[in-house]
Amino acid sequence: MMALIQPFAEFAFMQRALLGCIAISLGATPVGVFLMLRRMSLTGDAMAHAILPGAAVGFLVSGLSLGAMTVGGIVAGLTVALLTGFVSRVTVLREDASLAAFYLISLALGVLIVSLRGSNVDLMHVLFGTVLALDDPALTLLCAITTVTLLTLAAIYRPLVLECVDPQFLASVSRWSAPVHFIFLSLVVLNLVAGFQALGTLMAVGIMILPAAAARFWARGIAGMIAVAVCVAAASSFAGLLASYHFGLPSGPTIILATGTAYLASMCFGPVGSLVVRYWPRTHLDA
Amino acid sequence: MPTRRFLLFAATLLTAFPAFAQGTVPVVASFSILGDLVQEVGGDRVTVTTLVGPDGDAHVYQPTPQDAKAVAGAHVVVVNGLTFEGWMDRLIQSAEYKGPVVVASAGVAARTFDDDAASSGQSGTDNEHGTDPHAWQNVANAKLYVANIEAGLSAADPDGAEVYRANAAAYEAKLDTLEADVKAAVASLPENRREIVTSHDAFGYFGAAYGMVFKAPEGLSTDSEASAAGVAALITQIRTDHIPAVFIENISDPRLLEQIVSETDAKVGGTLYSDALSPAAGPAGTYIAMMRNNIAELTAALGR
Repeated sequence: MMALIQPFAEFAFMQRALLGCIAISLGATPVGVFLMLRRMSLTGDAMAHAILPGAAVGFLVSGLSLGAMTVGGIVAGLTVALLTGFVSRVTVLREDASLAAFYLISLALGVLIVSLRGSNVDLMHVLFGTVLALDDPALTLLCAITTVTLLTLAAIYRPLVLECVDPQFLASVSRWSAPVHFIFLSLVVLNLVAGFQALGTLMAVGIMILPAAAARFWARGIAGMIAVAVCVAAASSFAGLLASYHFGLPSGPTIILATGTAYLASMCFGPVGSLVVRYWPRTHLDA
Repeated sequence: MPTRRFLLFAATLLTAFPAFAQGTVPVVASFSILGDLVQEVGGDRVTVTTLVGPDGDAHVYQPTPQDAKAVAGAHVVVVNGLTFEGWMDRLIQSAEYKGPVVVASAGVAARTFDDDAASSGQSGTDNEHGTDPHAWQNVANAKLYVANIEAGLSAADPDGAEVYRANAAAYEAKLDTLEADVKAAVASLPENRREIVTSHDAFGYFGAAYGMVFKAPEGLSTDSEASAAGVAALITQIRTDHIPAVFIENISDPRLLEQIVSETDAKVGGTLYSDALSPAAGPAGTYIAMMRNNIAELTAALGR
């Protein structure tokens, strides 16, 4: 019991890491659930690469400044999202292909900008983030982004659910289809920028998608899925930080692997559509 | 047709040696500190190309095509050795460089992280790397570096052997003065204020040679990510041992150290230069300036 609480009671950096992870869990995983339901799980990954050049430019302009890198990342992510939507609406290219095109361009640009700077070391720390070094401005930013995300999701909840279930229907009865889609993509970008402060650009997608995928095996309704996903993400952050503390493992990957473990367990044993339910049905008990 | 293409190719190869055409010896040094030492020994007779520039981290460097071109055109390549530049062997192979490779650290009594009592309380990440490459932090080792570089340059350019010997002797005299100053500066510190924390474990040789203890949250190399266990162990140690100061290096992530400092009574010292020089205009543009900067920062933070 002491082993569970003592690290957080004794060290402020552990409290900060946990608070940061819980903030990300609250904001990013609901977004992840909608991404999954709209079959856009890989969009998150593409977007995470797309914010790289913005963060790199911000870093080049004003060093390890939280503000510059955040603004740069958001601008780059939104630009890719807007261009993708624009191209898929006015040309023959589908959205997935144009997103792939723009994120690859963006990624290459980012790597180029990174290499232009003589010193390669600082940016590596930025790209891989470190949840153990969250300072006050970073924590404030994470919590602010989570608040904005939750409020926005509450405001666009109904059209967003409709867009998941039957996008054609929404487009036929309302002019909100395109705006809702874009607001949603903005939320994806915002949460990835928040995540890369703590876990780095590549790991940030993990805490967005993996809990959502795990929650799919536990609940049928969207609200239930969001609740389960947030709990999975928060519990995995706690477990990952503890494992990092007790076994001396690097923190970011350990947290993501904890969510990965939750996903694998859910896939095997969850009550909705998991391996166990499909191939070892216990009909006499279910009735 | 193939003959003409070959001739064209040979012609472009010849133009790739402008430095040689002017009569100086092209030398490639793997990182900025080594580049400075080679320049001191070689003087006007050599043209030094440094691969990892000021403030760059040679642990995780990725070579560029220009680097391969510089290596291919070099007459001497100088590396630190002690597994410092893991990428160097592949670069030398892919550039098809066949000339002499001078290992500057040859003859240095290498430290491994296992003999470092200071890091035994930390996570196990240090031990994987074995050898500590940061030998130049001990001025006595820098003199060995200079001797090795002198021997390497003389072998590649026998006409300049006299010049190299004179340059090396003059520089070694400066290093002697530097070493005496470093020892005097450490001796002026109170006995109980000779422990500090830095952001990556680069000062093992310095500590062993001059009687100070350095501790670090990252492992030996900058590419290992810190674990919560390592950071927690360090904070506990700073609290129980009352370590007075924590230093930031030019090549590591300062944010983690700032978090550690905020949980203890230690204060943040200035910037220490460990693996790379600053740009020429900065406080550590040469090896000697770097060592003087470090010792000045240490005494400012630890002295009374």
